[in-house]
Amino acid sequence: MNEESEGESLPRGEATGDSLMTKRYLLGNEAIAHAAIEASADFVSGYPGTPSSEVIDILRVQNERPLYVEWSVNEKVAFENALAAAWCGLRALVTMKHVGMNVAADPLMTSGYTGVTGGFVIMCADDPFAHSSQNEQDTRFYARFAHLPCLDPATVQEAHDMVIDAFALSEELGLPVIFRPTTRICHSRSDVTIGEAGTETRKGEFPRDPKRFVLIPGHARPLHKALNEKQPRVTRVLADRGYNRFTRRGERAVIAGGIGTTYVQELLPDGVSLGKIGAYPVDWEALRGFVSGHREILVVEEGEPIIEELVRQVSGDIPVSGKIDGTVPSEGELSLASVSAILAAKGYIPKPSGAPPVPAQNVPMRPPIMCAGCMHRPTFFAMKKVWRDAVYPSDIGCYTLGLQLGVVDTTICMGSAPSLGSGIFHAGDPREVVCTIGDSTFLHSGIPGLLNAVYNGAEMTLVILDNRTTAMTGHQPNPVSGTTAGGEVKAPVSLEAICRACGVSFVETVSPYDLPSTIEVMKAAKAQKGVKVVIAKQPCVITARRAGVKRGSYAVDRDACTVCGTCIRFGCPAIEMVEDRAAINELCSGCGVCAQICPSGAIGPEGKP
Amino acid sequence: MTGSFDLLIVGVGGQGVILAASVIGEACIIEEREVKAAETHGMAQRGGSVECHVRIDGHHGPLIPPGGADILMAFELLEALRYRHYLKPGGILVANRLIQVPTSVFMQKLEVPTEEKITAQLADLDPCILDADERAVNAGSPLTQNMVMVGAGSPHIPLAVESLEEAIRRSVPKKTIEINLRAFRLGREAAGGCK
Repeated sequence: MNEESEGESLPRGEATGDSLMTKRYLLGNEAIAHAAIEASADFVSGYPGTPSSEVIDILRVQNERPLYVEWSVNEKVAFENALAAAWCGLRALVTMKHVGMNVAADPLMTSGYTGVTGGFVIMCADDPFAHSSQNEQDTRFYARFAHLPCLDPATVQEAHDMVIDAFALSEELGLPVIFRPTTRICHSRSDVTIGEAGTETRKGEFPRDPKRFVLIPGHARPLHKALNEKQPRVTRVLADRGYNRFTRRGERAVIAGGIGTTYVQELLPDGVSLGKIGAYPVDWEALRGFVSGHREILVVEEGEPIIEELVRQVSGDIPVSGKIDGTVPSEGELSLASVSAILAAKGYIPKPSGAPPVPAQNVPMRPPIMCAGCMHRPTFFAMKKVWRDAVYPSDIGCYTLGLQLGVVDTTICMGSAPSLGSGIFHAGDPREVVCTIGDSTFLHSGIPGLLNAVYNGAEMTLVILDNRTTAMTGHQPNPVSGTTAGGEVKAPVSLEAICRACGVSFVETVSPYDLPSTIEVMKAAKAQKGVKVVIAKQPCVITARRAGVKRGSYAVDRDACTVCGTCIRFGCPAIEMVEDRAAINELCSGCGVCAQICPSGAIGPEGKP
Repeated sequence: MTGSFDLLIVGVGGQGVILAASVIGEACIIEEREVKAAETHGMAQRGGSVECHVRIDGHHGPLIPPGGADILMAFELLEALRYRHYLKPGGILVANRLIQVPTSVFMQKLEVPTEEKITAQLADLDPCILDADERAVNAGSPLTQNMVMVGAGSPHIPLAVESLEEAIRRSVPKKTIEINLRAFRLGREAAGGCK
């Protein structure tokens, strides 16, 4: 009955025989979270981002092992917290999505120089096909960039096992280890064999050592050399772990990485060799040894052609196909169907005889949509009323769905709306600039953009869509929510005080459920010079419902409805057409905004038309 | 090829598709069988189209290719139409007699799909179409339509009824176990009424 796994503990399993191992049916992220528990992790921090978020959501409610859990304000902050814990000798995990690594890249790039004492695992979840992301970047590049080992699982079981090993590996090498699952690992489920919670406990102590932790040039240069000198050992240790396996079975070979390996394994006929790459850096000699003696090589991987480039460097005259020659698509994710087509095109398996299955035509799309009663919809409606022809820089969150309402002109990365807004203003666009950003995104990285816009004299309005939570990724608490990841009650930070401290003099807070007041405040903002902030504040309708808020529902008086279409264009999923009149369905949450926009007064609380 | 039994479960965000798929996965654990599954998270949950792939005895990847599903369980008729090409020739369609018209259809003034038109486009599959909502209400809560659908699909799924019922007990909140089991049984009965 409850679709979201949020807040639920792991399902119970039975011990199998006399071993301590248990077989469970787990989501990839549940298996990863449990692996951290088994590995005696002490410290976990992260910033939510699909497909990584469930790991911390599970760790913060589990009771198998006491550990410090934190939802940090952004990935850089999360990374630095966890890195410091690992310096102090704790086992630390930081989680983020792939684009979060861009935010954390600054400490990442020097973390190999300092190294770690306690095991430090950087879980960075990639999203091939950009299911819930702005790009398809490949974290394996970051591993190479930062000279850090990277583990890339092919299955949920392997993800679980790799995370346990990653802590040990990190301690053995004295380096952070990047763990890079993809969407189809994080959000797959599988039978998984798991073990018991780890029982080791540690107390952190910072090992003062300026030559290691104070990266002035004179210290950085020898640390860089030391990191480079570690690399052959890193490769050797990884080779011994067996994550890269080569099976010689014939004259032709397929080399695959990540989840692509499973599609290849399902389809590959006997008599074709298989190389499976699950850890980087790859041992060149082992790869050269495998490649040699084959007549041709096909490389199947998601993301960038990283394995393929390595294979091409060691293959000599042996023909190699993959992304670079167009055999494998360079974008999107792999699937059983696409790998089947690739293998058939290269003659590894027979071409399918019949016509490929064709989807039914003209089925109306069903895109995700803002909920009935979502506070973003009336806020956007008011913006359109007050600023008819503005430029609307926006940001990343549920409100990006405002694209469907024509009030989202940009979405590029977290926290970008105020800085893109000031850039568009200074570029000389004659239209007014009205930016939108969510509470969590503003705290993540929007504050510097606002401060900068004020100080450098931009003219624009920033609307902070404050629903008191990080809604899109599953309602993780942030500093305005009033609770921490661990469930501790805190005084919420004041967005008004932050904006004023950034130098904004026009800061007004309004409930978007009160449409006339929202419009009035926006008109006042429009009339002012400089940078203005309107905080549209109303708890997310989903968290409000879970907290037991009941507002009743609304109904349309069919006789009064003139079918003008105003409420239909409003786009609320609770409003539909039934027998040629507007009608309100059971999704209604009682926000009452439709009653305020109906020009005929045909909508009112149910039971009192 | 693995010889897995492949189910595709589809519906609209909020219908409990993911929990229905989890029940089937949990039943595989009870029978000590391998299982691989994939589900939709994130943006797609906001009222969007939701798909869950479940491969009973699946040994490799979680995704079912188009033309590969042994059974398609659709919690909504438009979604049945959207995913019908995933069925293999002779595959089974079990669908809920429900249309949730996407809000964008009204906003863009597109033709509102009707049950007659959609079922006509599914007729060649000889589908089992049942009213899961009505049976869920009879079971005690409209929210149990997902278990009605699991029940309706269950005669075609190579898992024992006892395993599925135990999986439901393990997967739903304790105080709702009885109504969820009732919903499952009402769904199973309804499937008997389909040809």
